[in-house]
Amino acid sequence: MPAATVEVAELTRRFGDFTAVDALTFSVHRGEVFGFLGPNGSGKTTTIRMLCGILPPSAGVAAVLGHDVVREVDAIKRQIGYMSQRFALYDELTPRENLRFYGGVYGVSGSDLPSRVTGLLDRFDLQAAADRLCGSLPGGVRQRVAFAAAAIHQPEILFLDEPTAAVDPASRRAFWDMIYDTAAGGTTVLVTTHFMDEAEYCHRLALMSRGRLIACDSPAGIKHALGAEMMEVVCDQPARALDFLVDQPWIRSATLVGTRLHVLLRQEGTAERLRATLSAAGTPPHSVAPAAPSLEDAFVALTADAAS
Amino acid sequence: MGSRLRALMRKEFIQMVRDRRTLAIILVMPVMQLVLFGYAINQTVDHIATVVADASKDVRSREFIQSLANTGYFTVIGDVGDAGAARRAIDEGAARVAFVIPSEFGANTLAGRLAQVQVLIDGSDPSVAQTALLTAETLARARGIELAAAGRTASSAIDLRPTVLYNPSMQSVNFMIPGLIGLVLQTQAVLLTTFAIVRERERGTFEQLIVTPIRPMELMIGKILPYVGVAFLQVGVALAVGTFWFGVPFHGSLALLLALSLLFLLGALGIGLLISTVTSNQTQGMQLAMFTILPGVLLSGFMFPREAMPGVLQAISSLIPLTYFLQVLRGTILKGVGLEALWPQALYLAVFALAICTLSVLRFRRSLT
Ligand SMILES: Nc1ncnc2c1ncn2[C@@H]1O[C@H](COP(=O)(O)OP(=O)(O)OP(=O)(O)O)[C@@H](O)[C@H]1O
Ligand SMILES: [Mg+2]
Repeated sequence: MPAATVEVAELTRRFGDFTAVDALTFSVHRGEVFGFLGPNGSGKTTTIRMLCGILPPSAGVAAVLGHDVVREVDAIKRQIGYMSQRFALYDELTPRENLRFYGGVYGVSGSDLPSRVTGLLDRFDLQAAADRLCGSLPGGVRQRVAFAAAAIHQPEILFLDEPTAAVDPASRRAFWDMIYDTAAGGTTVLVTTHFMDEAEYCHRLALMSRGRLIACDSPAGIKHALGAEMMEVVCDQPARALDFLVDQPWIRSATLVGTRLHVLLRQEGTAERLRATLSAAGTPPHSVAPAAPSLEDAFVALTADAAS
Repeated sequence: MGSRLRALMRKEFIQMVRDRRTLAIILVMPVMQLVLFGYAINQTVDHIATVVADASKDVRSREFIQSLANTGYFTVIGDVGDAGAARRAIDEGAARVAFVIPSEFGANTLAGRLAQVQVLIDGSDPSVAQTALLTAETLARARGIELAAAGRTASSAIDLRPTVLYNPSMQSVNFMIPGLIGLVLQTQAVLLTTFAIVRERERGTFEQLIVTPIRPMELMIGKILPYVGVAFLQVGVALAVGTFWFGVPFHGSLALLLALSLLFLLGALGIGLLISTVTSNQTQGMQLAMFTILPGVLLSGFMFPREAMPGVLQAISSLIPLTYFLQVLRGTILKGVGLEALWPQALYLAVFALAICTLSVLRFRRSLT
């Protein structure tokens, strides 16, 4: 068992009466790419901000690299990198100047700094944009600069808060390659997203919903742990069929995926029963076939469980 | 510590040069303030419309009136008869200045007695009034000396009895320029620090700075020091413009002025820092900054004399650091006085700077979490 670099117990943050993060308990191992997956407002950013020492927790404890996030925040700061949800670059500075600035701030020594900056500009494919003002660069490039800036001091842990939001799919793919490169170098990466496909790339995932941790495992593990059978249904009026199915007690969840229905069956549910019910409802299925649940199916089912 | 501070200040200078808004505040605003306030006051005033009410009507009084016209400052547009008519001419705006020469003027000068002349001056335009008063006084003194030299009298002169109407305390460019330096400094220091910090909050870079090993103290110093530098440059430029362009003589110690400017600046920067802890965007910051600058303009004695203010306003005015800094500026520049006269002002500025900096540092630290 590798040593945990982040260890969280009953971590809670309230804003007034509202609980944004509710008693989270999990740990992250060294070299892992650990994802937080959850819809808007589920508490991902709040959790990360607490782990970075920006926001004090209301209750619970969190240790990063063995240091308490409240009492020993200074010890944590120089060993972590943080890329906030809004790319925090200075628009009036060029990428090179931004990197130099963050390097200086992290105490990368004077003679080391220029070569470190050049190395990062190369690695993140930023040479062409290196001396243009950041304010004039497209989103995908800015996001790479921000990543490079967060990594300039070669931190033990990188916190990336929705690094790929508002970036086209092709750039997202390339960005994840960079995340993997970084993790392969021994850096632990904690990353938030609300893209299911991205979540699949993570070694382990924390599924979040309304401030609660509803599952924490590898993507495969999460799907497997559902312990339910998934049926893919093709029928003529899927929307109408869906309305009917969600009310059945033996159905755990049903979602519309394109023109097909994904139906998770409970123990007492069978393919036969599903077929019969659909026919009775006036939407006889063309086919009912077992399928592997996707992360999205798991997410929908688990949030439904958590809500009930 | 050194590397972090250097990185921060270097970044701040780059932004200062590349951010249009900041650059405009640094370059355009002081020039505008100087020109607007300075020029409005400093227009060369001559050919002032003047009436006389000559009751003496003899050689001496005519000589006197002629000498008024000879200065070039007064254009005598007519003899209106008596003091009442002279006052009316000013009320109606037909004339700015009236000389009322009593009937015994001729006889008195001839006999070597003090000869009175009443001068009515429209004070609504301070620069006109100032010129009129100065010229008339100089003239009266010169005439007196002249008369004395001619041996006609041993001790007499013309005794001017000036009455400035509407605006009894006149301000001249000499009075205005030092005040302006204070105002420019105050505006710059407050606005620049407010913007420098609020801009980071607004764009989210502040949160990024918080997760770095920068200490709150370094952050504050790194953000403020560059603007202290800029502000000092501006003091220099403003002094140069005041001295060489507007011709304000500098009598006192430059070193003392700079030292006290630093105290004043610290207070103003502290105000900026304080504002930045309670605002989240630049517009709000601008409004709050203006809110602190305006009382300075109105109540410090920059525009209106404090002596003429009602008690409450005077009390408020005595809390405003600009009030004291104006006294320092006018004291050192115009009167050439030193710390022996200005220590109460220096003390207040020091106490204010200390208090506001402590307060803002505490608040700033708290705003980081
Ligand atoms: N400073 C704050 N004051 C009050 N409420 C806050 C504050 N910060 C966050 N919240 C609330 O806490 C909840 C969780 O916010 P958070 O930003 O952590 O969600 P998130 O999962 O990051 O969402 P997103 O995907 O939109 O980034 C939201 O409802 C948000 O409104
Ligand atoms: Mg978020």
